[in-house]
Amino acid sequence: MSPSPPVTDRSYTLAEALNAALHDAMAEDDRVVVFGEDVATLGGVFRITDDLQRKYGDDRVFDTPLAESGIVGTAIGMAMYGLRPVVEIQFDGFMYPALDQMISHMAKLRNRTAGAITLPMVVRVPYGGGIGAVEHHSESPEAYLAHTAGLKVVTPGTPEDAYSLLLESIRHDDPICFLEPKRRYYERTQGALPVTTDPIGRAAVRSTGETATIVTYGPMVPTAMKAAEGARDEGWSLEVVDLRSLQPLDYDTVVASVEKTGRAIVVHEAPMSFGAGAEIAARIQERAFYALEAPVLRVTGYDTPYPPSLLEEEYLPSPDRILDAVDEALGY
Amino acid sequence: MTDDATSLLPSDEPIQYLAPDGSVVADFDHLGLTPDDLVGMYRDIVRTRTLDTLAISLQRQGQLGVWASARGQEGAQVGIAWAMGLRDWAFPSYREHGITTVRGVPFAALLKQYKGTWMGLYDPHEHQVAPHSIPIATHLLHAVGYAKAAALSGDDLVTLAFIGNGGTSEGDFHEALNYAAVWNAPTVFVIQNNQYAISETNEHQCVAPSLAHKGIGYGVRSFSVDGNDVVASFAVASEAIESARAGEGPALIEAHTYRMQPHTTADDDTRYRPPEELAEWLERCPLDRIELYLRSQGLADDTLCDEIRAEAQAEAAEVRAEVLAAGPEPIEALFDNVYVEPPASLLEQRAAVLERLQEVHA
Repeated sequence: MSPSPPVTDRSYTLAEALNAALHDAMAEDDRVVVFGEDVATLGGVFRITDDLQRKYGDDRVFDTPLAESGIVGTAIGMAMYGLRPVVEIQFDGFMYPALDQMISHMAKLRNRTAGAITLPMVVRVPYGGGIGAVEHHSESPEAYLAHTAGLKVVTPGTPEDAYSLLLESIRHDDPICFLEPKRRYYERTQGALPVTTDPIGRAAVRSTGETATIVTYGPMVPTAMKAAEGARDEGWSLEVVDLRSLQPLDYDTVVASVEKTGRAIVVHEAPMSFGAGAEIAARIQERAFYALEAPVLRVTGYDTPYPPSLLEEEYLPSPDRILDAVDEALGY
Repeated sequence: MTDDATSLLPSDEPIQYLAPDGSVVADFDHLGLTPDDLVGMYRDIVRTRTLDTLAISLQRQGQLGVWASARGQEGAQVGIAWAMGLRDWAFPSYREHGITTVRGVPFAALLKQYKGTWMGLYDPHEHQVAPHSIPIATHLLHAVGYAKAAALSGDDLVTLAFIGNGGTSEGDFHEALNYAAVWNAPTVFVIQNNQYAISETNEHQCVAPSLAHKGIGYGVRSFSVDGNDVVASFAVASEAIESARAGEGPALIEAHTYRMQPHTTADDDTRYRPPEELAEWLERCPLDRIELYLRSQGLADDTLCDEIRAEAQAEAAEVRAEVLAAGPEPIEALFDNVYVEPPASLLEQRAAVLERLQEVHA
């Protein structure tokens, strides 16, 4: 089968990019199988797996029972056999039944067997808030995953990266949690697919600046870019570093930026305490202590369960909150 | 949905060919077992019992952190392992020493795990035995996924997924049965009902008529077998495995057996096990049963039995020497297989540890 070019109008959304990556991965490698809840006939509730079953058949694209531990657990068995499963967890909040499989086995089997078993598999998870959803549909579970030795955590913030990072993740031999910023599924970019961006593990500087470094990833990348635009009105220039993956995490790029700006603000949707921001701030002070003009600040969700939708706007980091943090950092 | 629900149910009584005294309850010529096969099963039971006993001793001598004995369950395990094809895969829990022994997994590799040298020191692909799973029931899903992947690839292997009676309460047990059934995956689930889950009896776990009755809710054909009868265990597993291989779907086997030792060497079974119960089950010992049968049929005598025991002791002595000599893997092994492509942050930690050790040694 030839790769599918679903995108021909020289612009595409992040969702379309993910779909195209899945089509192209399935076309290039027979070992790739896709399964999960509603992924086959329906094409996924967000249509990320649209048309895959029609094109690649029931044997390679199939719906599963509604049991997430089963989705990940059977994917582990398939990867042990030599397939390359790409499974979908329908929503972030429904991933938790699968955490035992992810932490106890997906992360550890290679290590336990001294390398005899590798698990080339991808668990796709739409994550984060901002879509007015009901409870359990807006979680940001990345810290649990990035904290688990043996897992890799990749999260695109742009449509280009959505395509390139997903395709690379499917080709990659380590087990990967691929976190998709669902509120950005319909963000559109100009250009055509396929596209190849930087490899996993390299951060991207989305905007260059001198005043402060905004370190972020996934759904907060466009938010940080809006803050960077707004900063110009204040006479500031912000450097936005899009991490693209939390494990591995490109500290070199982060540190180089902070050494230039002297100020760093980490932005994520997940609650503040024990979140990715804590780790990133610790690394910055370890490696760029003398370059810092101010403490590393964090703009994050609050340490509460995710709020009901009418309150989420205030819960989620916004350009205003980021600019307030820049102002605070400049006060030192 | 299946039309013929009652055909999924287990027999009222566990299937049995040999009575505890070794007498033949039902003819089993149809199984095609040769005298060599029967002696071979006996030999593997003796080997498993001997090596398991060695492990208990090594733990008591401080060589192993802990040991989970399979004593009493060797009949079910050896009979089922003998029913497996060479390319079939076993997905064991942590008490399947009879399975691993028959499949050729070096016993020393298991013991080294409990000595703490590493987690698993054999290649699963060499023996078609997955690394044992300590989180209860989680590996059943791996067995189903492996079987499904094989079927998708036109490969006619069968996977066997091993669990205890306590494990049937775990969610993954139910998910695995349902996935296997819905996918028609060639997986045979084996519950060794050894009557205990550490201290908890079956009354704390289940009020179904039997554990084998759990299959029908998923449309999975189920069997009940006397797990201390190696011949019956072989017979039932053979039927389940070959029907799964023929595309007739997964099966569930409940092997009724008994854990003759504490849960592990760290457990005190006198707090919950009535001594008369153990005495009763000792009368149904799987090793004695096959030996009595072989002797009664003239297939074994003192000379042969002594020879088999001596061979097992010699094997145990070699295993013992290997385990005593085994030290930890080098510290870098800790880092080397966490990832295929390790992140820089991990490599930095690896380098720091090695540097520190170099300084300590210097």
